[in-house]
Amino acid sequence: MENFKIEVDADGIALVTFDVPGRSMNTITSKVMEEIPLLVERIKTDAAIKGAVITSGKATGFCAGADLGDLGGAQSAAPASEEAALKAGFDRSWRLQGSLRALETCGKPVAAAINGLALGGGLEITLACHYRVVGDNPKIQLGLPETKVGLFPGAGGTQRLPRLIGVQAALMQISEGKSWRPQEAKGAGVVHEVVPAGQEVEAAKAWVKTGKAVQPWDEKSFKLPGGGPYHPAGIQVFIMGNALLRKQSYGNYPALTNMLKAVYEGVQVPMDAALRIETRYFVKTLMTPQAKAMIRSLFLSKQELDKGAVRPAGVPKSEAKKVTVLGAGMMGAGIAYVQAMAGIETVLIDTTQEAADKGKDYAKGLIAKRVSRGQMTQEKADATLALITPTTDYAHVKGSDLVIEAVFENRDIKAEVTKKAEAQLAEDAVFGSNTSTLPISGLAEASVRPENFIGIHFFSPVDKMMLVEIIMGEKTGEVALAKAIDYVTKIKKTPIVVNDSRGFYTSRCFSTYLTEGMAMLKEGYAPAMIDNVGRMTGMPRGPLEMHDDVALDLSYKIGQQTAKDLGDKYVPNPGEDIVAKMVSELGRYGRKNKKGFYDYPESGPKSLWAGLSELAPVTVSESTPELVEEMKTRLLYRQAVEAARCWEEGVIDDPREADVGAILGWGFAPWSGGPITLIDQVGAAKFVETCDRLASQYGERFKVPQLLRDMAANGESFYGRFSAKAKAA
Amino acid sequence: MAEAYIYDAVRTPRGKGKKDGSLHEITALSLAAQALAAIRDRNQLDTSRVDDVVLGCVAPVGEQGADIARTAVLTAGYAQTTAGVQVNRFCASGLEACNMAAAKVMSGEADFAIGGGVEAMSRVPMGSDGGAWPVDPSSAFSTYFVPQGVSADMIASKYGFSRADVDAYAVESQKRSARSWKEGRFKNSVVPVKDQLGLTILDHDELMRPDTDMQTLGALNASFQMMGEMAFDAVINQRYPEVERVNHVHTPGNSSGIVDGASAVLIGSKEAGIAAGLKPRARIKGMASIGSEPSIMLTGPEPVTRKLLGKLGMGVGDIDLYELNEAFAAVVLRYMQALDIDHDKINVCGGAIAMGHPLGATGGMILGTVLDELERTGKGTALVTLCIGGGMGTATVIERV
Repeated sequence: MENFKIEVDADGIALVTFDVPGRSMNTITSKVMEEIPLLVERIKTDAAIKGAVITSGKATGFCAGADLGDLGGAQSAAPASEEAALKAGFDRSWRLQGSLRALETCGKPVAAAINGLALGGGLEITLACHYRVVGDNPKIQLGLPETKVGLFPGAGGTQRLPRLIGVQAALMQISEGKSWRPQEAKGAGVVHEVVPAGQEVEAAKAWVKTGKAVQPWDEKSFKLPGGGPYHPAGIQVFIMGNALLRKQSYGNYPALTNMLKAVYEGVQVPMDAALRIETRYFVKTLMTPQAKAMIRSLFLSKQELDKGAVRPAGVPKSEAKKVTVLGAGMMGAGIAYVQAMAGIETVLIDTTQEAADKGKDYAKGLIAKRVSRGQMTQEKADATLALITPTTDYAHVKGSDLVIEAVFENRDIKAEVTKKAEAQLAEDAVFGSNTSTLPISGLAEASVRPENFIGIHFFSPVDKMMLVEIIMGEKTGEVALAKAIDYVTKIKKTPIVVNDSRGFYTSRCFSTYLTEGMAMLKEGYAPAMIDNVGRMTGMPRGPLEMHDDVALDLSYKIGQQTAKDLGDKYVPNPGEDIVAKMVSELGRYGRKNKKGFYDYPESGPKSLWAGLSELAPVTVSESTPELVEEMKTRLLYRQAVEAARCWEEGVIDDPREADVGAILGWGFAPWSGGPITLIDQVGAAKFVETCDRLASQYGERFKVPQLLRDMAANGESFYGRFSAKAKAA
Repeated sequence: MAEAYIYDAVRTPRGKGKKDGSLHEITALSLAAQALAAIRDRNQLDTSRVDDVVLGCVAPVGEQGADIARTAVLTAGYAQTTAGVQVNRFCASGLEACNMAAAKVMSGEADFAIGGGVEAMSRVPMGSDGGAWPVDPSSAFSTYFVPQGVSADMIASKYGFSRADVDAYAVESQKRSARSWKEGRFKNSVVPVKDQLGLTILDHDELMRPDTDMQTLGALNASFQMMGEMAFDAVINQRYPEVERVNHVHTPGNSSGIVDGASAVLIGSKEAGIAAGLKPRARIKGMASIGSEPSIMLTGPEPVTRKLLGKLGMGVGDIDLYELNEAFAAVVLRYMQALDIDHDKINVCGGAIAMGHPLGATGGMILGTVLDELERTGKGTALVTLCIGGGMGTATVIERV
């Protein structure tokens, strides 16, 4: 075995050290899956072994779970039939499942010495041990995060955890993918003992000497904590659990429903049958398009982008040590905060000292919150805040590696601050504009070094939104791009790189969601239905309420600006007249003045503005499942068509960036894996066919680009084209 | 096919379905057996002529379990040859039992069959029998399960009934029920429940609050708001996205009361009646059941009414009296709205909001009530229907002979 080292001590206790060669972190690779049965067999049959302790040989943790890149396994040949594929999937998943069951029934006491994080399959291995000792290190996380990537625990987690801590607690933990710190895990009853870090093996061995080699659920007297589904208390847990799951997931995540089914059916039968049930639902989940999409976009692609997959290879690595932020408004203040948190010396400039100070206060507030929650020491907080210098004086710009401009969306103001900052900058420093609407190439005209001028587009609120959209102007050079990516990586955000276009990639596609909502409003759909269905697509909120959040006056201004810029070529958006009237005549600007499509009372939830029905008389107020499906299709496909146009126009050219950017940037339905994956999974031919129908029914905005027609004709997919191109290069 | 006739109908009074209710100390078996004994005794029926007894019961566990119909037949001292079967169509179980009894007669399987039901809700609480629908994710999730009260609140929200509308309906239900009792409209059907000594323990519906007005009702808290806001509003909103949010209007004051009671309806063929020397009171003209959307759950009465009237070649206006179980006020208001039925033609003697809804027994009870009322007013036809858990409707049309 290359992944497990076994040392038997004088007491006959086998110390099993899990150490995957050539990797910084233990994950459950195909090879590990092959070796676990051998390991269990050895423990079970070697007479010299009286008991075992499993620990990790890595300083990074115990085990981070399954190797998601390797999960489907290498398929040697295409299965003969669907039934054969299902059987093969079951057998493959059962290997680990069956081995862990064999481990807990091997008749010898087995303890886990958890000396680092144990997540997913990593924690599940320890749950199949009779005893769990964890080191008292608050950085250690124990949890089952599989649902975050469209899966659920498939190595006994949905069965052992409820039997340990009760169904309700287990469901919450699994469905939210949250993790415990060691002391919390002890409190929850997930681990037996917390010991000073470094003493895990010793404590585990001490237990093995006298420990009982039977799991609680294999005892005759075992009762499920809190009761099963037809127990008076347990029944409420399931009824409420079903409802909460729908409330949270809108039925978009088969992993969650399958997880709940596995728990419901599994806790009613003995462990062997329970594990078979879990494996069946796991295999079912693994085969869903949602799981495939989420694993690729939310895990693999995101990880690749975080590691700089799109960074120009030839440029030496840079590090931004000092960065100036121009404009201390909401965006500038947020950017200053994330920079300071990443240890970057930050100059925060505004037109008055008061405004600059106010920007720093934002960071102060967020950092104070971290201190009060015990996430940061006061000392570290003081040091972090000291990194931010609020000022009005451009002399402070001197020595900056990078400037982020976050002033008003006004070309003249932007040009002025660009000149002022550049006067202080070294030749090789980069100037980044955080504009969300103005084309970068135009703004770069104000720069004396357009090759060092780039778009660095943050999302609001900056501290929470994990994406940064980097925009290449016509003259932007590779060095500037590499530096921008290095900066984004340093502040622990995910970069995507796009080419200049009106609204770039994210704002341009996102705005189509809002306008499709407006189109429906104009067509007479009940506004409640528009927003409820919007949420049901998996978007974070409905199009009308998001429009309120963005601000209707901003939308109005952008529309006017675009009309002016495009002249005769401008195609008005549906429902533009409604927004125009609300803004210019009725003073309804959205959430910011508490009057938009909704009214926002001082107390209580927002409610639809009663006057809306006069501007947009309701003619469609009865939903049917078919109508809802059609509305969902419109709302999602409209965005996907725009993403495809961006691709055709060369705004984007990497499906990973397009998908990850969509999910992290504007909250595009995560279950879909992103708009490009959505098109690929539907299939170009079918997608084109549906869009043609939508275009004839609702308008030209659904017209697909020629690229998609070609792809449909050739049976191509975006990811297929991309990997073919990558191979060729 | 034979015609099926109703020869008689009895019901117990409804006892408050709590520990301090008058019938709490009477077993479910005793309630059912007393109803069966009453219909036998007042018709001097030779029970060997009764082929089968079909009893509705919604929580058939514990003392109501294991085919309470057969147990009641034996306990009531019916002929050994009389069979018994318990059925569950949730709130319409009692009417379904009558429809099945009628079908047995129509098909020739039975000469006489008894339909009816029993539910001792104070003794075997609602939900005691478990059931997969809301619990098993395989069914709960795809059908947008919510508790009935939330469904009823969605009906009010979707079809525009305010708290004042449902409360006003409840006030009228109390008024009509009180007047009916005062005028003795129920005296033909109600048989007092006897205690272990054979003494009368209850001879009236004890839940009624005739003094109820808008003010007393207005003071009550919405029953389903908390559970709705926790999760269920969001669930049903995903099924009915056209509604901005669920307005919780139902309270204990405008929903059906929890009570104990039993009912029995004697159904037979023309020949069987002649042979037994009994005069038929009404003909069962037709019956139907239907499935409807399960999340809103309680809108089945409208489609089942349309289905049944269609089968019979009748229109809404051809029915003289409607009886729709008052599960929740909004259920009746929506039915009246959908079918354009005047309040003067429906639930004219009051209903379950005032008098209570002993789940398995109610269908048989309101069938008897409307038959009495047809006779009292000299009218001809009536339609009886109930909304049902799981999204169903069951209905029966009778015609006086």
